[in-house]
Amino acid sequence: MPDPMHQFEIQRIVPLDLFGFDASFTNAALFMVIGAVLITVFIVFAMRKAEMVPNRTQSVAELAYTFVANMVRDNVGTDGMKYFPFIFTLFMFVLTMNMLGMMPYSFTVTSHIIVTFALALMVFIGVTIIGFVKHGAHFFSFFVPKGVPFILLPLIVVVEVISYLTRPLSLSVRLFANMTAGHTLLKVFGAFVVAMGVLGGWAALAFMVAFTGLEILVAFLQAYVFAILTCIYLNDALHLH
Amino acid sequence: MPQLNPLDWAPQVIWLLITFGVLYLLMVWVAIPRIGTVIDRRAAKIAADLEAAETNKRTTEEAIAKYEQALAEAKQKAHAIVEEGRAKLKAETDAERAKLRKELADKSAEAAARIEKAKTSAMKDVNAVATEAAADIVKQLIGVAPSKADLEKAVTAARKA
Repeated sequence: MPDPMHQFEIQRIVPLDLFGFDASFTNAALFMVIGAVLITVFIVFAMRKAEMVPNRTQSVAELAYTFVANMVRDNVGTDGMKYFPFIFTLFMFVLTMNMLGMMPYSFTVTSHIIVTFALALMVFIGVTIIGFVKHGAHFFSFFVPKGVPFILLPLIVVVEVISYLTRPLSLSVRLFANMTAGHTLLKVFGAFVVAMGVLGGWAALAFMVAFTGLEILVAFLQAYVFAILTCIYLNDALHLH
Repeated sequence: MPQLNPLDWAPQVIWLLITFGVLYLLMVWVAIPRIGTVIDRRAAKIAADLEAAETNKRTTEEAIAKYEQALAEAKQKAHAIVEEGRAKLKAETDAERAKLRKELADKSAEAAARIEKAKTSAMKDVNAVATEAAADIVKQLIGVAPSKADLEKAVTAARKA
C-alpha cells in the first residue's frame, strides 16, 4: 500500500541558498508560481475586452471581484475597502492553491501548516498593527468586554487575550487540517481501489468520486472561511466590537 | 507527517512571501483596476440611463399637461366664439325684425292717414252734395230757393240726428 503522506513531501527542484537560509525552489514553490500566474493570466484574459455586457469568462472574473468586495463591505464596512486588494489576493491565492491541489499528481500548497500559518500570521500581525495605528492604546479595550461584572474581569481579560493570540493558530490549522485530511483520505481510498481489485474496487471508486466532489466544495469553502475570518478580524481591529 | 519537518519550512515561507507579494502587486496594479473600472463604468451607465429615463418621463408628463391645457383653452375659445356668433346673429335678427316692424307700422300709419284724409274729403263732399240736393228738392217742392245758411244749418242738424 503506498504511503498516503507521500503526496505532501517537499522536493527541492532547484536548491538555492539565500543569506544562509534554504530558499530552494521546491515543488510547493512551483505550484505557488503556477497559481499566481494562473490567477493573473485568467483575470487579464477574462478582462481583455472589458465589455459592458460581460461574456462568460469576464463574468466569472467580475463574480470573484464582487464576491470578495461584498464580503469586505458587509463584514468590515466601506472603510474596510482600503484593504480589499489584500483580501482579494488572499482569497484568490488560497482558492487557487486549494483547487490546484484537486488535480491529480499536483501538490497542495495549503496542506502545509507552515504556509497556512505564515498566511494567518500575516493577517494577524497586519490586523493588530491596523488596530494599534487606528486606536493607539485604546485598542486594549478590545480585551475588556462591556457589561462584565468587575470580579470576573481579570479572568475574562485573560480569556480574551488568549483567544486573540490563538487566532492565527486556529485560522491556519483549520485550512491545513481540512486540506491534509481530505487529500489523505482520497489517497487512502485510491489505494483501496487498487487493493480491492476489479470486483471490489468499484465501491471505493464510487466513494472517491463523491468525496472528490465534497473536496472541491471544501476547497472553495475553506478559501471563503479564510477570507471571511480575515474580514471579521479586520472589522474587530477597525471598530473594536 | 512531512509537514512537520522544520527543514522544509524556510523555502516554503520564502517562496510564499515572494509569490504572494508578486501576486498582490499584480492584483493591485493589473487585475483589480481592470475589473473595477468595468464595474464602475457599468454602474455609472445604469445610473445615467435611469436618470435619462426619469427625465424623459418628466418631459412626457409636462408635454401631456401642456397639451391638456391647450385643449381646454381651445375648447373654451371655441365655446366663446359660438356664443359670440349666436349673440351677433340674434342682434342682427332683432334689428331686422325691429326695422321691419317699424316699416310696417309706418306704412299702416300712412295708410290710416290717407284713409282719414279721404274720409274727411268725402264727408266734406257729402255735406256739399246734401246741401245741393236739399236746395234742389226744396226748390222743386215749394219753388223757392232757400238761403244757403239755412240749408247748411239744416243739413248739419239732419246729419247729426
